[in-house]
Amino acid sequence: MSQLNLHLKVWRQNGSQPGHFQDIDAPDIPDHASFLEMMDIVNERLISKGEDPVAFDHDCREGICGMCSMQINGVPHGPEKATTTCQLHMRKFRTGDTIWVEPFRARAFPVLKDLMIDRSAFDRIQQAGGFVTVRTGAPQDANALPIGKEVADSAMDAAECIGCGACVAACKNASAMLFVSAKAGQLNSLPQGQPEKDRRTLGMVRQMDKEGFGNCTNQYECEAACPKEISVRWITKLNRDYAVAAVKDAFGNTRKEAGGGD
Amino acid sequence: MSAVFDSLSRFYASSIGKKILVALTGLVLIGFVLGHMIGNLLIFVGRDAINEYGHLLQTALHGGGVWIARIGLLTAVVIHIVATISLTRANRAARLAQYGKHKAQVSSKSSRTMIWSGLTILAFIVYHLLHFTVHAGNDYGTYKTTLDGHTVHDVYRMVIAGFSWAPASIFYIIAMLLLSSHLSHGFSSLFQTLGVATDKSEPLFKKLGYAFAGLILVGNCSIPIAILFFHYGR
Repeated sequence: MSQLNLHLKVWRQNGSQPGHFQDIDAPDIPDHASFLEMMDIVNERLISKGEDPVAFDHDCREGICGMCSMQINGVPHGPEKATTTCQLHMRKFRTGDTIWVEPFRARAFPVLKDLMIDRSAFDRIQQAGGFVTVRTGAPQDANALPIGKEVADSAMDAAECIGCGACVAACKNASAMLFVSAKAGQLNSLPQGQPEKDRRTLGMVRQMDKEGFGNCTNQYECEAACPKEISVRWITKLNRDYAVAAVKDAFGNTRKEAGGGD
Repeated sequence: MSAVFDSLSRFYASSIGKKILVALTGLVLIGFVLGHMIGNLLIFVGRDAINEYGHLLQTALHGGGVWIARIGLLTAVVIHIVATISLTRANRAARLAQYGKHKAQVSSKSSRTMIWSGLTILAFIVYHLLHFTVHAGNDYGTYKTTLDGHTVHDVYRMVIAGFSWAPASIFYIIAMLLLSSHLSHGFSSLFQTLGVATDKSEPLFKKLGYAFAGLILVGNCSIPIAILFFHYGR
């Protein structure tokens, strides 16, 4: 095990007050520590010196909860592809490195403190249609609804989205299209999602716009930053589903038929 | 009736709705840019070829054709610009505090400067129309020649005269560089926005976009370069 001597530039901010970068030296960091463990060590030292520790989001620390965030050296979740901040190891850095650590920046993700941001805008988008309405009661037989293996696999790819917000952080426009397209697309590509497909698509996009996210300019920085490698083809699908839903919304019949969506 | 308008205004108010309009009008403008270039390259076929083409455009549908095209193109340009400016403003507002350090991983410089290449092209279109359509500050409108016994506008002489002045030619070449930058992102981008790109077709759209941008650059710049630097027609 070797030790790293690092220099951090960490964003410090209290609520809506203006923030600033604080220079923090981080000597003797074990190279097998994760990035969050490195932050823990830094915080322990700050606390023992009587200083305010750096607030940051974290939960499962195994790459599946979507809680950890941090813009590390200008890239969400740091330099490793398909890796969350908690799974990023310090051996990916060299001794003497200066590391910039910032919150994910978007108007729709206000900073609560330091590196902690409020991502409840994502929850409200989900509430606007990112679900399938089911009646409670006995579940139907597992094989009653045939779904092709390829379709199930694709839906599973979209379902991998952990809602961390890296797509928003990476986008020059702070657009949430990758998140919204994965959440809508996952359900829109399955038979269970068909009855509410149009309502879901219109509702989620409307909420996304309302939250103040930017617009997609097809540059695919989101896909490159996504720790779950969600494909931008889900955005293609959202664009297509939205166009169809909007046309039906404008010109479609109010009287509905089965198979025609809603 | 008003239910339809409500839905359509919601469509335009939405991010994706505006983007779809930008993509559709972009497609119209791509078609125009290609047709315009092919027509203009007739200058290399000869004086009569381009003059006949100009005469055809002016007289199609008893002179109405050119106005239908102008109104259609103006509508497309206005929608394309108004919607993109509105989208860009929303994009700027979506991130108020900037990163101390930000690294673009995959996006091209062209894709990140679309609004600037686009607005410069707008300035160019205004200059281009004043230069060769309105004939502001020049007497190109008085250039006449005879073609099959008719007196027609001498487009050939106008183009040669227009590009013999170095500042105009250089501005045209700069504008075409920016247009090709704009197209290198815009061409493939529109298939994504219209929801038709797939894993298999997207790389093809991307290559087609680069090829199209290159074709427009070479084709359009060949005219001022030939006239200014190689004295074609002078």
